[in-house]
Amino acid sequence: MIPHEMTSLDRVLCTLGHNEPDRVPLFLLLTMHGAKEMGLSIPEYFSKAQYVAEGQRRLQEKYNHDCYYAFFYAAIETAAWGGEVVFRENGPPNAGTPFIKSLDQIEGLAPPGVKTSPALSEVLRAIGLLARDADGKVPVIGVVISPFSLPVMQMGFGPYIEMIYRRPDMFAQLMAANEAFCIEWANAQLEAGATAICYFDPVSSPAIIPREIYLETGHPVAMRTLGRINGPTATHLASGIALPVAEDIAGTGTAAIGVSSADNLAAIKEICRGKLTLIGNLNGLEMVNWTRQKVFEVVKAAISAAGAGGGFILSDNHGEIPYQVPEAVLLAISEAVQAYGRYPLKSH
Amino acid sequence: MPQPPPDTVLIEELKDALLSSDEKKASRILSDSENQYKPLAFVEAVIVPVLDHIGQGWANDQYALSQVYMSGRICEDLVDGILPEKSEIRKIRPKMAIALLSDYHSLGSRIVWAVLRASGYHFISYGRIEADELVENIIEDRLEVVLISVLMLPSALQVKDVVHGLRRAGCNAKIVVGGAPFRLDKNLWTEVGADAVGFTASDALSIVQSFTRGKPI
Repeated sequence: MIPHEMTSLDRVLCTLGHNEPDRVPLFLLLTMHGAKEMGLSIPEYFSKAQYVAEGQRRLQEKYNHDCYYAFFYAAIETAAWGGEVVFRENGPPNAGTPFIKSLDQIEGLAPPGVKTSPALSEVLRAIGLLARDADGKVPVIGVVISPFSLPVMQMGFGPYIEMIYRRPDMFAQLMAANEAFCIEWANAQLEAGATAICYFDPVSSPAIIPREIYLETGHPVAMRTLGRINGPTATHLASGIALPVAEDIAGTGTAAIGVSSADNLAAIKEICRGKLTLIGNLNGLEMVNWTRQKVFEVVKAAISAAGAGGGFILSDNHGEIPYQVPEAVLLAISEAVQAYGRYPLKSH
Repeated sequence: MPQPPPDTVLIEELKDALLSSDEKKASRILSDSENQYKPLAFVEAVIVPVLDHIGQGWANDQYALSQVYMSGRICEDLVDGILPEKSEIRKIRPKMAIALLSDYHSLGSRIVWAVLRASGYHFISYGRIEADELVENIIEDRLEVVLISVLMLPSALQVKDVVHGLRRAGCNAKIVVGGAPFRLDKNLWTEVGADAVGFTASDALSIVQSFTRGKPI
């Protein structure tokens, strides 16, 4: 029998098991909003584990959503490799100029040690603080960039695509280094207290690379990597469409998939039912200008399309909600989930 | 001069070569056509329609961005071989530039660069640049069209500063924007005051062509 009010962790585990919990779980994947809550600049906020942990705690409480999101910013990984991070006032820190400037640098490239990186160590500390605060009631989501997608920041998108097509030998060498790093980084987060790992892999989306090339590249990379991560994973294509590769992704052993706002949620639900939990797919960019009425419309539509039978977590489509999305919209999303997301779902 | 009609047979052959990233086949198609087409005519009758088809195919989820990128790169190399940088038959109007505003992810601007070069255009590339410097450069270079590419929302919002800076200085250069934030939020380009938006590199080409034909955007 399902209890009237589950904890966030119970709710999420129930939906991951493709059963209906008390209501549709909500992941508001907020990163920079924690800085607003703390009254800090973005660089200052991400400089200390305590700030991020407290920011996440306040955001979870304020919006009554169902996870702690231990993601700082994507470029933190390239910082560990010696790359540059460029901070800005009103957006996520970016990876600066790629540090792999020629293919010669890939030969003999050794992955950095996770625990010797000050930036990554700060993330691990934040996860530890969040896990302690969660007390087994709220899932703590760790994040890795997939070995297949990390080169976009390591060497730039164009040179990376050219390498995939023209230099399979160098591609294989870079993947070997990246896989070793990704596995160590994911497992360190799990050891620190993360409940699950979000495996960001936008390059595997058919929007970026054809399925036939993905099956020769990103797919085997994911199979090798996810198989050595000692905990549950969710694959996220960060706004890239997922439908044409959803079954392939299910075969990698991941438990969930981040779905794009450009995907047909009902169609992808049919493919993934009983195999993959869907995470998505509210359009984070449009969210900036949503009215309360619009929020209720889109939340209702998403839940109607994908909520039945569990296996669905309402979230944004990108894995990071833009800094510009106002508090009123986030509060309205939370309210709309309470209004429309109670199981058994009503026919709207 | 009237444009040559699209050559459907060569278009299909080149499309297949580009989508499978077969540079040798693409090069052979070009060399086999040398007696049939002058360089710029080949560009207009074959390369431009193929790149347009592939770009639209990406917008419709038919092709992947990597195919758009590789197609543009291969065609850029082909066209550079028949229309060198300083060639007098390259199209120098409208006077334009391409810029990556504030971001570090240059794929989108690189694709647009390749498609425009492969279509025979000459233009300035500012690379990665901040809003203030971009305004100064546009005014100094007396540009008619500026293609601005972004990846992140904060960078997209900076287009507003560029437009205000230009209009304050009495500069009427047309601002054409493109990149992920504009694709995901279809109204964003009007909010930032751009004159046009391109959702694909071939859209950028059509917009530029509309200027040269004297059509409104």
